[in-house]
Amino acid sequence: MTASIERAPAVPAPEAQADIDREMAELKRAAAGKPALLHPARDYAPYRSSALRYPKNPLVVVRDPEAVELSGPVFGVTDTTELDSDLTRQHQGEPLGERITVAGRVLDRQGRPVRGQLVEIWQANASGRYAHLRDQHPAPLDPNFTGVGRCLTDDEGRYQFTTIKPGAYPWRNHLNAWRPAHIHFSLFGTAFTQRLVTQMYFPNDPLFAFDPIYQSITDDKARERLIATYNHDLSSPEWSLGYRWDIVLDGPSATWMEEGR
Amino acid sequence: MTAPTPSQTVGPFYGYALPFVGGGDVAPAGHAGAITVHGYVYDGAGQPIPDALLEFWQTGPDGSTTGAPGSLRRDATTGAVIGRNGVDFTGFGRVPTDADGHYVLRTLPPGDSPYISVCVFARGLLHHLFTRAYLTDSAEDQLLASLAPERRATLVAACERDRVYRFDIRLQGDSDEETVFLDFG
Ligand SMILES: [Fe+2]
Repeated sequence: MTASIERAPAVPAPEAQADIDREMAELKRAAAGKPALLHPARDYAPYRSSALRYPKNPLVVVRDPEAVELSGPVFGVTDTTELDSDLTRQHQGEPLGERITVAGRVLDRQGRPVRGQLVEIWQANASGRYAHLRDQHPAPLDPNFTGVGRCLTDDEGRYQFTTIKPGAYPWRNHLNAWRPAHIHFSLFGTAFTQRLVTQMYFPNDPLFAFDPIYQSITDDKARERLIATYNHDLSSPEWSLGYRWDIVLDGPSATWMEEGR
Repeated sequence: MTAPTPSQTVGPFYGYALPFVGGGDVAPAGHAGAITVHGYVYDGAGQPIPDALLEFWQTGPDGSTTGAPGSLRRDATTGAVIGRNGVDFTGFGRVPTDADGHYVLRTLPPGDSPYISVCVFARGLLHHLFTRAYLTDSAEDQLLASLAPERRATLVAACERDRVYRFDIRLQGDSDEETVFLDFG
């Protein structure tokens, strides 16, 4: 092999936070005059990875989802173990960080509990590092923390996890991009159409204003639905701090259709 | 109605949390009726997407929509995910794309339904996308009938050979390339 003498293509200088901020402000202004969007627009340009991954053709509206779409995967006692909901007990030692309890309910848009359904979470450790081969953030891995949890909701739609508070971490959307601390959540409803993957944030994070993933939800009220509430009653004396976060699943379900739209 | 919790991207690091052993092996082990559905997931530049996660949901071979628990069945001693028990048909599959953007699903043909429901997640995708992988191009199907021919073609898997279907997903492209995605309202 001979070394290539061709010049490498010019690598554009990373964009500055100020450029991203300007774009985010413009998109927020543009959205203000229109009906509030309940979810992020898939073509939200300040999140650079979206550029080639959103459909350009309009989605096809299905007014009458079929029976299979109004039903969904089911999970049971064989699918989780008791230890899955305590992310601090999955290794021999205690993970480093601030121990927290995260609890809430999974509901449909009519406020009814989603019962016996699978809730999955994953997150960075207290230093902001994922136990993932491709996370090369030079923050320490914690041998006592993987950061994966699962549980089934109970008859009231309740879920609960014990974990540690994740750290903020850098990423390469632009120069000096940092994600606010968050826990990834994956949720199933009674219908496949209610499927949701999202992220839970912590109150008063100073990084909110700078993060294009969080800001991709342009409506203030909608965005704030992703922030858990500190709940002192959920805190345990000399043990953990409590955060409460309720989740409302969008999309039609069979029970919703039965009762008429 | 209560306002819904907004979606956020699955991000790049779900790989050690969501995929599970045998996630694409929905057909009971050794079932003679098993079919293979496979394909690539592409972006708007026609490049394969190595970090997409696909979920599949379908009727059972008898047409039932009830599924069965046990997709993530655990070893009671170690807690490890050991996958389906090889007998029950759970109706649910979850497959991450490989480094080359390819996925493989082994399942049974959906009963009383021409398609398998698909949900697509990926880094860069702020809100998942739903579609349908049709195994047969049914003239009576309401959705297919409502689409222009070049759009309709994106939803119909090609039968490569007996029991092997190819279904590619293109997240972005011209109207004859980009997969039809569905909005259930
Ligand atoms: Fe993350």
